[in-house]
This record gives sequence, structure tokens and C-alpha cells, in this order.
Amino acid sequence: MEPSLATYLALSGILFTIGATGVIFKRNALGMFMCIELMLNAVNLTFVAFSRYYADVTGQLFVFMVMSVAAAEAAVGLGIFIAFFRNRISIDVDDANILKN
Amino acid sequence: MITSVIFFLFAGLAIACAISLVYHKNPLYSAISLVGVLISLACIYVTLAAPFIAAVQILIYAGAIMVLVVFVIMLLNLDEDKPVVNRLPHLYAIGGILGLVLLAQTFFIFYAVHRAPKQAVNTDETVGKTLSIGAGMYTEYLLPVEIVGILLLMSIVGAVILARRLEYPQLEIVVDNELERRNESEIKDEFRIRL
Repeated sequence: MEPSLATYLALSGILFTIGATGVIFKRNALGMFMCIELMLNAVNLTFVAFSRYYADVTGQLFVFMVMSVAAAEAAVGLGIFIAFFRNRISIDVDDANILKN
Repeated sequence: MITSVIFFLFAGLAIACAISLVYHKNPLYSAISLVGVLISLACIYVTLAAPFIAAVQILIYAGAIMVLVVFVIMLLNLDEDKPVVNRLPHLYAIGGILGLVLLAQTFFIFYAVHRAPKQAVNTDETVGKTLSIGAGMYTEYLLPVEIVGILLLMSIVGAVILARRLEYPQLEIVVDNELERRNESEIKDEFRIRL
């Protein structure tokens, strides 16, 4: 007996919610970045589950696209963090206030 | 039966690691928790008959991306997060309402999913194998794959430009000099008017 589609979607929803909560609560830019990765993974799980239950390979192809976008995001995001750290000696998002006022 | 056991084992592990990711203040502990989530999800992909995606998940996510993240954490030598200061207490009501909306949406999804197939449509074993993914990628979905290639090229160029050491002074110094210059010119103007 396999778990039903709803079970996979429930797991995906739980992981997505935990990730969204983390993005809101974390103040460390790298922590927020990792929570966003968690949310992307929750979406990937949904894609693979639907791909399995409708026997269509499109979902798995788009998981591949999401992974590529996540890799691009990691490269650019970490470059931004390093540039930000060089200016502010901190990676706290509350310190990114140079455009304030 | 064995699929259910594996699924619930790794689902519990994934949720525990995700909570640990949000809970820990030290970014390195968070990163290791995220690796746990990624490997658990790779095992769940195996139960969904997607071995290629499971392998790519471990190679790209748990391998490449997380190594990059841990490298940056250690390069920057980050401290733990400072404790959260509550500056916007009046937003609790709005947050509660939005949470209720999210909960309603979740219940609607559970209601709608009852109409979805309970079992897999057909247990066609070729779906999810590398052959079918490659065939789809280079025939029907060639344009998205090309676009992703251009995106990756742009991100490489962007990362190199963002992370290089700047030759001109830092932005803060530029702004301070600019403010000083304006104050001086205003003072000079006043001085000129007075004269």
C-alpha cells in the first residue's frame, strides 16, 4: 500500500509553512536563504508527487528547472551576501538600511 | 507497505530537520539541518519512483549548493543571531488574519485533492527514468532548457561581478563625502548671501 497523493501534499505543505515561518523569523540573511531553499524543496516534492500520480514526466522536468534556478540563486545570493558583509561587517538584514530616509 | 514505512520515516525526519533549521540560531547548525531535509526528501523521491531526481537532489542540492553555503558561513565567520526585538506589535492582528486565510486555503486543497487519483494512474515504470526525462528535455521542452542555460550563464557573470573587490571607495564613504560636500556648499552659500 502506497501513501496517497494527499499525504505527499500534506508533507509538502508542512515543509513550505516551516520555511515561510523561518523566512519571517530569521534575521540572518543566510538563514533566510536556507529557509527559501526549504520552500523550493517543498514545491519540488509537490511536482514529483503529481508527476507520479498522473504518470507524466513534465513534473520531474520542472523539478530540474527549479533546481537550476536555485543554483543560480545560490551563486548570486551568496555573492550579494559577501558584498554586503564587506560594507557592513554583518549579515543581519536589519543592517541593510542605507536607503532609509 | 514498505513504501509507507519508508515514507513516514523520512517524512518525520524531514519535518524534524526543518524545525531544527528554523530553531537554531547558529547558521552552521541550520545548514546541517537543511542537509538532513534534502537527503530525507531524496529518499522520499525514491519512493515516488523518481530515481533520477533523487540522485540530482543529492548531487546538486546536498552536494553543490550546501557546500557553497557552508563555505560562505565559514568565510564570513558569522556569529549567532541577535535576539529578536519586537518593534511592530500592532501587526499581530494582521498576521493572525493572514494565518487564518492560509489555513483555509490548506483545508480547501485537502478538500480538492479528494478528487485526485488515490493510486498512481498507471504504474508505467519508464516515467522518472533518465531516458524519459532526457527525451522530454531535448524534444518537447527544449526552449525552457535553453532559457535555463542562459540564466545559469547570467548568474555566473553576476556572481563574479558582485563578489569581486571594488577598486573605488566603499559606498558609505562616498555617501558621507557627498553629505559633507553638500553641507559645505550650503554653508558657503549662506556665507555668500551674508557677504
